[in-house]
Amino acid sequence: MINRRIRSLKNRTFVWVCRGVTAAMISVLFILLYHVGQEGIGWLDKQFLDSFPSRFPEKAGIKSALWGSVWLIGMTATFSIPLGVATAVYLEEYAPRKIWVRAIEINIGNLAGMPSILYGLLGLAIFVRFMGLEDSLWSGSLTLSLLALPVIVIASQGALRAVPREIREGAYALGARRWQVVFGHVLPCALPGIMTGVILALSRSMGETAPLIMIGALSYVAFLPETPSDPFTALPVQIFNWAARPQANFHGLAAAGILVLLALLLTLNASAVFIREKLQRYKP
Amino acid sequence: MISKFIDHALHWTLVVCVAITVITTLVVVIILGKESYLFFQEVPVFDFLFGTRWEPLLEPKSFGVLPLVVGTMKIVFGSISIALPVGLMIAIYMSEFTSDNVRSIVKPFLEILVGIPTVVYGYFALTFVTPMLRKLFPEMNIFNAASAAIVVAIMIFPMVTSLCDDAFRALPRSLREGAFALGATRYEVAIQIIMPAAASRIGAAVVLALSRAIGETMAVTLAAGATPELSLTFLESIQTMTAYIVQVSLGDIQAGGVEYMTCYAVGLLLFLMTLVMNILGNHFQLKSRVSQ
Repeated sequence: MINRRIRSLKNRTFVWVCRGVTAAMISVLFILLYHVGQEGIGWLDKQFLDSFPSRFPEKAGIKSALWGSVWLIGMTATFSIPLGVATAVYLEEYAPRKIWVRAIEINIGNLAGMPSILYGLLGLAIFVRFMGLEDSLWSGSLTLSLLALPVIVIASQGALRAVPREIREGAYALGARRWQVVFGHVLPCALPGIMTGVILALSRSMGETAPLIMIGALSYVAFLPETPSDPFTALPVQIFNWAARPQANFHGLAAAGILVLLALLLTLNASAVFIREKLQRYKP
Repeated sequence: MISKFIDHALHWTLVVCVAITVITTLVVVIILGKESYLFFQEVPVFDFLFGTRWEPLLEPKSFGVLPLVVGTMKIVFGSISIALPVGLMIAIYMSEFTSDNVRSIVKPFLEILVGIPTVVYGYFALTFVTPMLRKLFPEMNIFNAASAAIVVAIMIFPMVTSLCDDAFRALPRSLREGAFALGATRYEVAIQIIMPAAASRIGAAVVLALSRAIGETMAVTLAAGATPELSLTFLESIQTMTAYIVQVSLGDIQAGGVEYMTCYAVGLLLFLMTLVMNILGNHFQLKSRVSQ
């Protein structure tokens, strides 16, 4: 009898400990947001959004970083989305079930787990030095594209796999060729899933700092990029630069920059959720 | 006829796209290998791997990578010793003790934590965690391993939770019901039945989380400092392998210079460590999924 009571007590204690741990870890998110908000909100004004970086905290802003990030994400999307979706289509719809296809898939899994700083070393050696693109938007966006590629492939493969067999078989039964089946029927069905994965991959690469530092993204850029060959800075790089300085004023600027970055990422992620909920024609 | 031509043309276009992922891997291996080869022409491999002093930028130069490896390991073991119990407990709680409602509330929060850029965690460590810790340990350095390990733990525990949760949910109901029928409490089922049954996938989750922690860059660069020391305390400034690569690239690197090559030698070591862990982790994950 006593034994039974002890066991039930253990059970209840464990549940409460688990509840406590879960609540504590969720509250970490709120502490982080509150801390950043409290430090940064005072610096976040129109002047901050509309000024170039400066040695004087009162005059500094994120105009060039904000536009650099917009350029980067646009170019990265242009390169990585077609490549990633095409790779996923090949692997799911065309490739024979052979061992070398399996090897390619394992390789993509490993690329997705490779630390981002190694993509930076790759970009530095290939795009910056070998291809002579210097510290331009080309180098930055090509490096980020390679980083986003495996994530997009894996997400798109999942979306393609979720398309029911009947859709393919129905199209084949009517005499469609493989490309007609894939592009006329399978891809449109998988599109919401693919778009969700793509947006998540892009928002991840938008927050990447290390690869951009490796390829030499400058933190002091007092002009807006006008062509893809221009040097650039990006929001995370600018935030890193301010956070790495000892003065408290610059920490405030970093926090304000973080607020802008998080607002952008939140918009992207919210649109991913929206697409997933609203556009999904086939709910598995 | 045209339709057939399109079919073939498209097929080969897609093959070219797939080839890019393979080429990326090959190029990474070739670049890291080539620069490291040049580096090891000047510095013996043994001195690099087992040397205890890392002073590549100042005279007299010394290229022992151990201090950087020890710095990385401090972050890795410090963070996993927080992230494993925390991540595992939340996963057990979500899969064994509550309804799906709780999961649908908790999961989005974990996804947000994963989505926050690492530079933000670096800022958080530097301006919030470190000042908090310094109230407890006044002698602590502003840059220290403890604070970086704590934020890296916050970054990797959602991964542990989500992989373990998937593993627990994949276990058949009959396993739990058999134990309940014998009079076991939920706690006993979770600890004595569910966790052992999912052991290999828990292991896979830990290995994948470790690999993530090894490659973590911005949080440790901002919070852990830039002094490669061979020590065991968590209160002092350290330098990790990733933070060293960033430090060098923030200065002006001369291509072909010895600093440039050290980056790639350290990068090669980082690549091999994470590659082995990712292969092991993915392998265990898939193997146990098939056997279930």
